[in-house]
Amino acid sequence: MTAAPQEQTIAAGDEESRSRGLARLVRAIGLLRESRLAMLGVAIVLFWIVVAVFAPLLAPFSPTANIRPMQPLLSVAPNGGRFWLGTDHLGRDILSRLIYGARTVLIYAPLATLSAYAVGIMAGLLAGYRRGWIDEALSRLGDLVLAFPALVLYIVIISKFGASGFNIILAVTLASGPGIMRIVRGLVLDLSGRAYIAAAQLRGESALYVMLVEILPNCRGPIIVDACLRLGYVVVTIGTLGFLGLGLPPPNPDWGSMINETRQFALIFPYMVVSPCLAVSSLVLGLNLLADGLREISARD
Amino acid sequence: MGRLIVRRLFYLVVTMLLASVALFLLFELSPEAVVVNELGPYSTQEQRQIWLEQNGFNRPPHERYLAWLSRFAVGDLGHSRLFNVPVAQILATRLGNTAILAAFFFAALIPLSLSLGALAGMKEGSWLDRVISFICVLTASVPPFASTVLLSAILVFSLALLPGTSSMMDGFSYRELIMPVAVLVLYDFGYVARMTRASMAEVMMTPYVRTALLKGLPYRRVILSHALRNALIAPFTVIMLHVNWLVSGVIVVEFFFAFKGFGSLVLEASLAKDLHLLEACTMTTVVIAVCTQLAADIGYMFLNPRIRFK
Repeated sequence: MTAAPQEQTIAAGDEESRSRGLARLVRAIGLLRESRLAMLGVAIVLFWIVVAVFAPLLAPFSPTANIRPMQPLLSVAPNGGRFWLGTDHLGRDILSRLIYGARTVLIYAPLATLSAYAVGIMAGLLAGYRRGWIDEALSRLGDLVLAFPALVLYIVIISKFGASGFNIILAVTLASGPGIMRIVRGLVLDLSGRAYIAAAQLRGESALYVMLVEILPNCRGPIIVDACLRLGYVVVTIGTLGFLGLGLPPPNPDWGSMINETRQFALIFPYMVVSPCLAVSSLVLGLNLLADGLREISARD
Repeated sequence: MGRLIVRRLFYLVVTMLLASVALFLLFELSPEAVVVNELGPYSTQEQRQIWLEQNGFNRPPHERYLAWLSRFAVGDLGHSRLFNVPVAQILATRLGNTAILAAFFFAALIPLSLSLGALAGMKEGSWLDRVISFICVLTASVPPFASTVLLSAILVFSLALLPGTSSMMDGFSYRELIMPVAVLVLYDFGYVARMTRASMAEVMMTPYVRTALLKGLPYRRVILSHALRNALIAPFTVIMLHVNWLVSGVIVVEFFFAFKGFGSLVLEASLAKDLHLLEACTMTTVVIAVCTQLAADIGYMFLNPRIRFK
């Protein structure tokens, strides 16, 4: 890879590098077309993104309106509309709650993952580039966090600080940050012997510049694959917390809480719990398939 | 090898000490929070003062930490407010129950995931490999909280084949163990199988396997006595480290099936804000994590002679 001249163009023209990055992204998606399973993953994820973005247009009812309780599938609503997936025990339209629930999960999961990556990448760059005592301290701290099972960590944090969107993001950042740090640190250690790094150091660039502009863009392959997988985990985590009654406060719909609220009726009204289960599973499946496809591409390079 | 074990043991102790400091800072640093949690929000200032004095909360934090730590170290884990018994007692019972669950989980997981993974990895890219790989991704995408509900809807509610709760009210019952174990295995076997597949595929590419095949040994024998042994080293580590994942997994499953185990204990302790119990549970998870890590390292050394004789 001719990294040194390429990096200089990035420094010279931000605009140009951005359009080039975009072109590369398009090419990567083009490569994904070779794998049918990866395309299935892309389709599922895109589907849920569209649903989340256009939730107000797609949802036939308000997700929090109590209309008529325990209506079966396809029943007719008082206003002449249809409850395609029925209503729950409080008379809320399940399809509308599913649609708005996609919005909840697709806001909080990427935000939490992004926040975990911001922390993990900075810590990993610092540990791998500076080494010495900084590396030792950060790595030990990471080992400490990773010694707690993830869900136990979430439960401890949520029970201490309370359940809110912000605290969930905080908990995910704390729990996933060290894992990301380990990956980035390993990549940095691998890259830091390269000539273009030494060249940048000789030019007298600051440590921050070397880490963010020279090293980070060259670590992106494994990071992107990991991010896809991790996004899936975070979706599962948010769902699990909702399921355990530790998730986002009601009445805002989120899939895990929907399952938890209606599972006592599962014997008589199984459709109430089955649809959110299928929704969350399909989204996670989409992300996993996408990650697999991306991994195959990056392995081929 | 001896030196490596000693070093790992040292890390184990350091990690546990750091974890205890973190727990102390989180739960016990502010006496105010502790006393309000203990006596309730409507207790008077006098009551709080008396309680704090009686329980030695007027000392500086580092003294309190050392006292707390030494109490912990000799096995006095305090009193559970929720169950009104010593923490050690309820913890031991619940850990025992979860150990039974874990034993059945591993007994089902290991043969299933290793055989599927080895089958898929034998011929990378074959239709068998594709089918197995897809099944693995599919099952690993259904989160445990969803599969508990889906499996119950089918096996418990529709077909009425199995009991829907595993509270073991009428004594131990194997039937009640089936659902929790099935949910855990369903979510997890895909991951271990994929690891095994990758390891097997790698071994199948090595020169010694090619030599064995080219000199005319039967395929079966090459797989069973040449490839498999080396391919199973990596999954061993994965499985050992899965004990840590299992602690997360059992929380969901035990909560849903009302199984009286360690996972539901963690959740109950945190929902009831039973501090002593929660601290003890969290420390237990850390001990489990570092011990399995140690066991995985030692086991790996025994399995892999290249590391043993370094």
